[in-house]
Amino acid sequence: MADIQEKIGALCPEAQFDTSGELLLVIVPDEKWHALAKALKEELHYDYLTALVGMDWKDSLGCMYYLTNTDTQEMLHVKVSTTDRENPRLHTVSDVWAVANYQEREVYDFFGIVFINHPDMRRFFLRNDWVGYPLRKDYDDSPELNPLRLNPEENEDDTFSLIEEADGTLKRIDKKVFGPEEYVINVGPQHPSTHGVMRYRTSIDGELVKKVDVVSGYIHRGIEKLCEGMSYQSTLLYPERLDYMAAHMNRHAVCLCLEKALGIEVPHRAELIRMMMDELMRLSSHLLSYGCLTMDQGATTAFFYGFRERELIYEIFDKTCGARMSMSYSTIGGVVKDVHPDFIKDVRHLCAVMPDKLKEYHKLFTGNVIAVGRMKGVGILSKEDAINYAITGPSGRASGVHCDVRKCHPYSLYNEVEFDEVLLESGDSMDRYMVRMKEMEQSVKILEQCCDMLEKEGIEGEYCAKVPKMIKLPAGHWYQQVEASRGAFGVYIESDGDPKPFQKPYRMHFQSPCFNLVGVVDLTCKDNLFADLISITASIDYVIPDIDR
Amino acid sequence: MEIKRPKIKSMKHEDFKDNEYIDQLVAELNAAGTNVVVGKLDQLLNWSRSNSLWPFCFGTSCCAIEFMCLGAARYDMARFGFEVARNSPRQADYIMCQGTITYRMAPALLRLYEQMAEPKYVIACGGCTISGGPFKNSYCVVKGVDEIIPVDVYMPGCPPRPEAMFYGLMQLQRKIKASKFLGGDNRKEDRKKFFEAKAAEEKDAAMRAEQMRLARESKAPVLE
Repeated sequence: MADIQEKIGALCPEAQFDTSGELLLVIVPDEKWHALAKALKEELHYDYLTALVGMDWKDSLGCMYYLTNTDTQEMLHVKVSTTDRENPRLHTVSDVWAVANYQEREVYDFFGIVFINHPDMRRFFLRNDWVGYPLRKDYDDSPELNPLRLNPEENEDDTFSLIEEADGTLKRIDKKVFGPEEYVINVGPQHPSTHGVMRYRTSIDGELVKKVDVVSGYIHRGIEKLCEGMSYQSTLLYPERLDYMAAHMNRHAVCLCLEKALGIEVPHRAELIRMMMDELMRLSSHLLSYGCLTMDQGATTAFFYGFRERELIYEIFDKTCGARMSMSYSTIGGVVKDVHPDFIKDVRHLCAVMPDKLKEYHKLFTGNVIAVGRMKGVGILSKEDAINYAITGPSGRASGVHCDVRKCHPYSLYNEVEFDEVLLESGDSMDRYMVRMKEMEQSVKILEQCCDMLEKEGIEGEYCAKVPKMIKLPAGHWYQQVEASRGAFGVYIESDGDPKPFQKPYRMHFQSPCFNLVGVVDLTCKDNLFADLISITASIDYVIPDIDR
Repeated sequence: MEIKRPKIKSMKHEDFKDNEYIDQLVAELNAAGTNVVVGKLDQLLNWSRSNSLWPFCFGTSCCAIEFMCLGAARYDMARFGFEVARNSPRQADYIMCQGTITYRMAPALLRLYEQMAEPKYVIACGGCTISGGPFKNSYCVVKGVDEIIPVDVYMPGCPPRPEAMFYGLMQLQRKIKASKFLGGDNRKEDRKKFFEAKAAEEKDAAMRAEQMRLARESKAPVLE
């Protein structure tokens, strides 16, 4: 850590360091930030912007940037802030890390921070006629200001950039997203193949897609703001409603983060059960993604096959957790209840049938001429782009990025089980599909090992550590990521150390993998057929509520 | 013709608790009295309509996944005539709202509802659609889809289990079976009233918002 500190000190003498937290914190003044960001990426190889968290510290507004070095997997975070609340401005880093483009638009939407030199400053989640910035601490949420409007949004083509001239003056440039010569086709927000309520405005030339403008926010529910008004236990409700196909993992992430902050040791059995649930969830999610991908290309039978096996998994969840979806099973310190007596038997049955079923799936769809024609060599995402856009999960691994959090930053008991990280190279739709199919095999492998481990533990055991009823965190901030079904899911929790008995989180941010995935839709669909937009987005496989939060 | 208790094959009256709404419909029918010919024709129409209900799946979040399970082999909603899930509102009989409706989505939902052909029904599926659910306190979530469009059946749950969805869907069938389409079905009028009331409310809200804005701008209380 000291080595990195020295190097950064040499690059930017103004930087201050704080080593008291879990990771190295670098505090940089805004004027120096852009130059340092460039140097961090090019010289120190911090090429992966893991998370960008907008913050309101009452006296100042700013951002936290979590950076990862993809070679050594070292992490650090940078704090940049401004004290101007009337016209808060920071320098953009979207030209350094491409993923920052949408992330900064999100921060602008929630905090009103305008990013200098950002190419397209529009709101991302809220209507463009929204009044105020909801995640600011002084936000006025009276319904008179923002009533339920039933008229369509106007001027959705307008955007602006704040350009810094050579002499340091700022100039606002108003522009349009699409030029007058472009032919724009609207897809969504209610379209069966966008897998939810996503809307694309695509400019096309004949049959070819030239540009895709993502219009998101149709299921933005303001979860991060809601979390700020609840106790820590209550906030556990929301992560599983973000990406409902990764409910267990998301909840696991929040639990891990809070346990880290509180210093709670989780019983071995509880971690094991959690890990098994995570893998079951991954299986269920990949089966759904298989079903939807195939159905989008016209293979309806395959959809039914995928759902047949998902019912087996749902049955396991139903018996142990009491619900088919939104299970609310993990809790701070362990799990809510011990597993059902049939649990191991059911999981073993699933592991026994899955290999044969997977063969069946491949036979039905994988070699099909139409499937190969529509997926092979279509929607290619190169390794450099994948890292630049911070693409993780199966889509990242299809491009050859070593990004499996279970391997890079092992959590839970993933150190104790044997499994391979599936890495493919070409990064086209076919590879993204194949990574999922192969990951299912790995999940089955993990589950089999877990069954053995759980059998050794016996039928019953300690499944939850002792946790105080009222959870109070000391002042500070923590970040924890897990491998969800679609990539690295991160949780950022900041506490102000409020001494009141009912402590609420000062800020909670969910870094969802799908948010990054939607950022490459424009890149991957460009110069492909308009009809392939559907198969490409299906292979990228995002879940909309996870994007919109 | 006498309609005391509607006889519905495969659905016993005792199996359904809390049927005030449908009982009220039946009472209305009984009070008005029904012509034999028209009544029989109505029965035929109701029978055919209720057993071939095509859903328009307006799935925004989790509930949509459970609805997909309903379509798959284990639950198989084709048994009830629900299987032809339409992606266009123009071909559907009822709109199934699954998931949270946000402020940004609300205009789109209203437009889709308006595009549907008569007779049209609305099912609010899941806690979010009924009242906002766990997101009720959010700054941009509609507190119940009935703020925008009139709802026929509510299906509570987060998300409702497939069995619960079936129950809700069968309630809708039941409602259709107990209604009178020929001469006297005033759904259209009810709907008109609903939207007129909504428009009045909205106008009121807009006026208040305008006043508040003016007050804010002048930083002084608005008189007169």
